[in-house]
Parts: sequence; structure tokens; C-alpha cells
Amino acid sequence: MDQLNSKVPEGKLEDKWDIYQANSKLINPANKRKLNIIVVGSGLAGAGAASTLAELGYHVDCFCYQDSPRRAHSVAAQGGINASKNYQHDGDSVWRMFYDTLKGGDFRSREANVYRLAQLSAPLIDHFAAQGVPFAREYGGVLSNRSFGGVQVERTFYARGQTGQQLLVAAYSQLSKMVEAKKVTMYTRHEMLELVVIDGKARGIITRDLITGEIKAHNAHAVVLATGGYSRVFRLSTLAIGCNGSAIWKAHKKGALFAAPSFTQIHPTALPQSSDSQSKLTLMSESLRNDGRIWVPKDKDDKRPAAEIAEKDRDYYLERRYPSFGNLAPRDISSRAAKERIDRGHGVGPLQNAVYLDFKDAIDRLGLQTIKDRYGNLFSMYKKITGIDAYEQPMLISPAAHFSMGGLWVDYELMTSINGLYAIGEANYSDHGANRLGANSLLQASIDGYFILPNTINDYLAGIIREDVPAIDHPEFKMAIRDVNEQIEKVLKINGSKTVDHFHRELGLVMWKECAMSRNQEGLKKAILKIKDIKADFWKHVKVTGHDREFNQELEKALRLADFLELAILMCEDALQRDESCGAHFREEFQSSEGEALRDDENYAYVSAWKYLGEDRFELVKEMLTFEYVKPTVRSYK
Amino acid sequence: MKVNFKIWRQDNTKSKGEFKDYQVDGINEDMSLLEAIDYLNEKIVLEGDKVVAVDYDCREGICGQCGIFVNGRAHGPHDNVTTCQVHMRSFEDGQTVVLEPWRAKAFPIVKDLVVDRSAFDRIIRKGGFINAGTGSAPEANSILVGKKEADMAMDAAACIGCGACVATCKNSSASLFTAAKINHLDHLPQGRIESRERTLSMVGQMELEDFGACSFTGGCEVECPQSISISEIARMNNLFMKAIIKKA
Repeated sequence: MDQLNSKVPEGKLEDKWDIYQANSKLINPANKRKLNIIVVGSGLAGAGAASTLAELGYHVDCFCYQDSPRRAHSVAAQGGINASKNYQHDGDSVWRMFYDTLKGGDFRSREANVYRLAQLSAPLIDHFAAQGVPFAREYGGVLSNRSFGGVQVERTFYARGQTGQQLLVAAYSQLSKMVEAKKVTMYTRHEMLELVVIDGKARGIITRDLITGEIKAHNAHAVVLATGGYSRVFRLSTLAIGCNGSAIWKAHKKGALFAAPSFTQIHPTALPQSSDSQSKLTLMSESLRNDGRIWVPKDKDDKRPAAEIAEKDRDYYLERRYPSFGNLAPRDISSRAAKERIDRGHGVGPLQNAVYLDFKDAIDRLGLQTIKDRYGNLFSMYKKITGIDAYEQPMLISPAAHFSMGGLWVDYELMTSINGLYAIGEANYSDHGANRLGANSLLQASIDGYFILPNTINDYLAGIIREDVPAIDHPEFKMAIRDVNEQIEKVLKINGSKTVDHFHRELGLVMWKECAMSRNQEGLKKAILKIKDIKADFWKHVKVTGHDREFNQELEKALRLADFLELAILMCEDALQRDESCGAHFREEFQSSEGEALRDDENYAYVSAWKYLGEDRFELVKEMLTFEYVKPTVRSYK
Repeated sequence: MKVNFKIWRQDNTKSKGEFKDYQVDGINEDMSLLEAIDYLNEKIVLEGDKVVAVDYDCREGICGQCGIFVNGRAHGPHDNVTTCQVHMRSFEDGQTVVLEPWRAKAFPIVKDLVVDRSAFDRIIRKGGFINAGTGSAPEANSILVGKKEADMAMDAAACIGCGACVATCKNSSASLFTAAKINHLDHLPQGRIESRERTLSMVGQMELEDFGACSFTGGCEVECPQSISISEIARMNNLFMKAIIKKA
């Protein structure tokens, strides 16, 4: 396998993006009209890219599985979006944001990418303000900020507790404008089921119309995947029920390398699971940790209600273990610390699977009204779900599977290892390393979609502008359609005795136990065998009713799960090869006597990128990471 | 607990639908209504029948994709929540729970409880945006927006596009939805520039779709999961009248 070429431009860190732009090829507006680009996904990354590419003059075909592009799961991000504007005059800068993000990711991402993310963050806020996002404001009319985990400055912009929704609606509005202008053709309720690669170049996709079941081929000059994260592999996660890994998994099987699949963020502040029938875990924004204090009873047999437990009997374990960051310690560290307390029997709540998030001190200090202004909608959401008033008693929170740092390997141009195939937003592995900082996901999705991809894709298109795009009756398209139909037929024919959800629950349990907050060699090896068993059982005994030429949600679920069952194996393989602990990847064999992660830069300062060799067989390719500007240090938040 | 579901089953847009009864035992009260439907659907699969089609995605009340008429109310028995936020503890043991799709001419039924709300997308396409392309933005703090005005913009912008306002309205009016977008942008200086054309064009599209007119009964604001106030409609009407006068 050739060494991976990250295509990072030469030059000083702060000049690299300018140098790249100055040297990349452009396409004249008359030619752009002749070029067609497929964008799969309509979240912040997808809608941002589709609308911006259309504004530039390209024609775009955009696809989403939901009934409207405005539903994409970017909508659910609550807390905010980071930008190094330094409006608070508290010492922020592009450099500091770059440093925080690189350190937050435990030095497992590319310096040049991370720097560019910080660099483009300020103009992104300008962009969203111009699009009419109703960001929080001070009385004088300027923008407000708040702080977030893993950071000591206030650089997070927000729109109540609905920042993701407001940014997504802005992106959807801009997309709608380009649909009206007939520059974007929008395909809602369409799911991508295969990628078509001809002579080493991505040339199109195969989709299923979820209403009619029609299988159709679409061709293009380039394909962009903006299909989000895959944490539904754990079944219980903070993600929307429809979120899936199928598009990137199909691309992986067609030759795109999959990077760091096992790097999954477990979010520390979700609502705890309350029963087996639960379908998802609701996230409570991390911003709550700004004013809430996390604790458990010191004595694990202390069963008194929270209010009756005296101050001296409480263990504020984050403040105790990480005094300088306290309740704002990064997500991986906070989740693991919660797991440690719960595993030792200090968990609270009916199933003893939660910790307290307490606002009493903040209410005493700031007054009830201030807390209501800051978090009112989160408190009312908490009440709707649990029936409990968090102004009166502490919230119960618990860790839950959340964000996929892993994804398709991409170079500096966000191109995957397949020519003409790009991956943007959560679907790629780029800026977050082994752990993502809060309020950086909306940022990365938007920057990839609005600013980076529309600047880098020209360079590729300029090179193929004289080539005809293969027609959709090309043998490769026909073969891809046949493969898709065969897969669907195969699932429907089994007519076994177990439901899709049954297998998903089984897979979720294995993944949560062995490949989530902490992992070990023995457990991972066992997990791989178990997943293979579940997979074999699925293909023998799954029962999917209805047929393929109709709206059939069971069939949709079955096809997504079939891909998760393959992806899960690669996630375990990836966790197994990394004999170190870094960020969200915590291997029990590699920890200090105090239980902190032990990173091994000498042997593991690389991005693991996996090549698909055939059923359940993968080859590891390494992209070595070099750090020219920041010397990796032990990531301490003490 | 035991529940008697009475569910609207309809194969596709063209076919005729009917209610079907499902006695479901073993539901626990912490399940959400959608989880209870998941539970029912697993039983249906094992019996070899087609599952009840129902829309959902985020299941935390923000994406706007879910929406069922439950016992005669949009999004179920509570005020101002989405269907995914209704829990089974809201019903009595042994109760009959009637599930129907949104009923509105502008929202044709796709299958069972699933409807087509693309009319909303078409309204947004007619001006529910600010004409500013990527790359053209001024420095964010060069556009000052007073806190009060920004809060009012946010109140309107909170709309999740679920369609409960239309479903509950006896006239199937989309006024609350359309007003929310028009007002959100009109409250902001950067949006106000195109306000007049936007108002005329979006209201025009709303009237072209099969929505009825608003007769101010206020049902929409009771069911709106974001508690968007009916006064938004009055404000839209005011903007609309002004725009018409200016145009004339």
C-alpha cells in the first residue's frame, strides 16, 4: 500500500490555507454550469456545501433520507458553536483555539487541518449572522458568548439551547433558495445504497426512493458524502433513530480508507437509561456544566434523597480530580470519571446508573431568573421527559454514545482515498483527533461545507473537466443496481423468527460493554467473535415483512443494521491494534496508577486508516502524524 | 400496562384507509408513545404483517419529523410538546388510544400515519431566507441587534416545521408556520431589507397550496411544540397589509 498523502501544503502553519488557495486551480463560470455534483446528506455540512456549490455555479443533486432537509441531525446540537473572535477580550486567539482543539483531541489529528479550523471559525460566525441566525445578544446589541468544556476562554456562540437547529435552519433556507433557483435538485426520502466507482473515480451513487422503493442510478462529476456519524451502532445513543453508517461503509467497501473507526465520543451529560424498551438517550447540553456541579454520595450505601445529603458527604469528583478545569473537564475525561464512580457502586437514581448535576449553588449565587434565562428550555425538556423539576432537585445524568470522531480518511482537501469522492462533517476523520471538544462539531460541519470543500473541489474538477461522465447505463452502474437489488432480496427472503431490533439490541450491548468508554484486549477479542455470531444469526433468522416496492421502514432498518454489523467488527479491530490510551480510546492495560490515560507517542502517533480486503478482513495503513508547532505533552486538566 | 391502540392503516396515497384495533399488553409507563409503537411493530413483524408506518427521527422534540393525531389532539394529550415527548404514563391502563395521521388537504397521506409536508418546503423556497451568498458577510458585530429584538426573532425562529398548527386548525391554515418565518427574519436588520417582497411571496405560496385561511381560534398556539404565539399571525397580517399598500 502506498504511503498516504495528506497533501498538506508547504509553508508556515498560519499561511498554509492561503498558500493552498493561491495555488489551486479554478474553473471558469461558464464551465461550472456543465458540472454536476452529488451531495449526500443535508445537515450543516451537506446543506452548506450544496448551497455554496450551487451559488458558485455548479449543478447539485442533494439527497436526504428525511422528509425535509431541515430534519438532519445537526438540528439537535444544543449548546453552541466555537469561534476565536476574542469578543470577550479574555486572551483568545486563533492559536489558542488551535492549541485547545489539538490538545483536546489528544494529539491524534493533523496540525494543519486543526489550524485551518480555528482560522475559519471567525468568518463563519459572520456568515451565520448575515444569514439571520438569531444568536444570543447583549443589551447593547453585540453577540454573547459562553464557555464550554476543555477550554478556559468564552468563545462559544449560541442561540438559546437550540443552536444546532438555528444554524441548520439557516443552511436549509440557503439551500431552499438554490432549489428555487433550480441550481439544486433536492431528493428527500432517498437513501444512498451504493457508490459507483469507474476507473478509480467516483462517478455516482445508487439510491432507493423510500416512498416507492424505486432503485435509481445518479451520475456526477464528483460525489460528496455528508452523512454524519455512526454511533447508532451502539443502538442506544444520542443520535436520531435514522442516523446510520451505510453511505460511508459502502464507500469503504469500494476502496475508501476508514480512519480511526473506534474513536467514539461518549457524552457525559445524557439522561440515564430507564428501561430496556428505550430507543434513544436524550442529551442534555454540556453547557449545563458551566453552572451545574457534578457529584455522587461519598458513601455508596447512602440512599438518602440528594437534598438531605450534607455537603461533607458529597463527592464532587471532577472538582476533586481535576481542580483547574473542574466540572468543565473535557467529555472523555468526564464520562470516564462518571463511569468509574458508577462502576464502584456510587451511582444514583432508580437503576443506580447516574450521577447528580446540581444547580443549587448556581441558583443561590446568580438567582433563579439567570439560570432560567440560560437553560430554561433544557430544564423544561428535562421535566417533560422525566417529570422532575430540576430547579428543585438535581438532574440525573449518565454517559451516552454520541459523536464519531472516526470516519472516512480524508486529505487536506477533504478528498477520500477514492478520486472525486469527498467526505465532510462528521462523516470524515479530520479535525477532532481522539476526542472532540464541545461546540466544535457544528463548527467543523459548517466549515467543511461552506468554506473548505467549495474551495478544494475545483482543483479536482479542473483536471477532469474534459472527460465525459459515464452514463447511467454504463455496466458499472448496472452492476451496482443489481448488487443493491440482490441485497434487498436476500434480506426479504430470509423470513426468519427475530426482528431487526432484536439484533440491534444484541449488537448494542456488546459494543457498549466492550468498545465504548473503556476497552481491553480480551474483551475486544471476545466482542469480535460475538458480533460475527450476531451477524451470522441475522442473515439466517431476521424477519422483515412487507416488500421492496413500498414505504417499508423495517427494510430500511434491516439494511442499515446489516452495515452496522460489519462496521462494528472494524471498530473493535481498530481499538485492539492501538496499544495505548488516547482521548476517547481508553485501553485499561494502559493507564497510570491514578487511572489516567497513558498515551504512547513513540509508537502510536499515527492515524489508523483501514483498507477493506473482503468480508471482515481489513489492512491497516498508517498516516504518521508529525508535530512541528506544538510539542505533544501529557494532556492534563488537573 | 395494557393499551388498546386504534390505528389508521392506509397502504398509500391513493388507497382507502381504515382504523384497525391492536390490543397491546406489556407496555411500561416510562416508554414514550413512539417506543410503544416500536414495541407493537415488533409484535406485528413476528406475526408476519406489515408494520405501522410512522414518522420520527431525533426523538427529542427538535427535528419536527414526528407528528400523530392522538385521541383527537395533535401531538397527544399535552400542550406544547411533540409526539416523541409523549410518554405512556400519560394514558390510563386499559385506555383506548386512537392514532391518526395529520388530516389536511395540503398534507397528503403517504402511508398509515405518515404524511407529505413538502408544501412547507415550497413556502420556504419563496423567500424564507436572506439573499446573501457564502463569502459576502460583514463582521458579525457590525450588525447590532438589540437583545429584545433578538429574543423576539428567536421566539419566532424556534418553529420546527412539524405541521401541528395545520393539523389542529379547523381550516388547515399554515398561518402560524408562515408567520414564524416571516417574523423571524423581519425582526433582524439584515432580514428586514427584503421583508416586503418576502411577505408577499411567502403568503402567496401559502395560498397556492391547499391550506385554509386563519380564523383566529388559537388552537395552533396550544399545540405548537415551541409555544409560538398566535400574535405572530397578527404581526404577519400587519406586514402583509403594509406590503400590499406599498405595492399599490
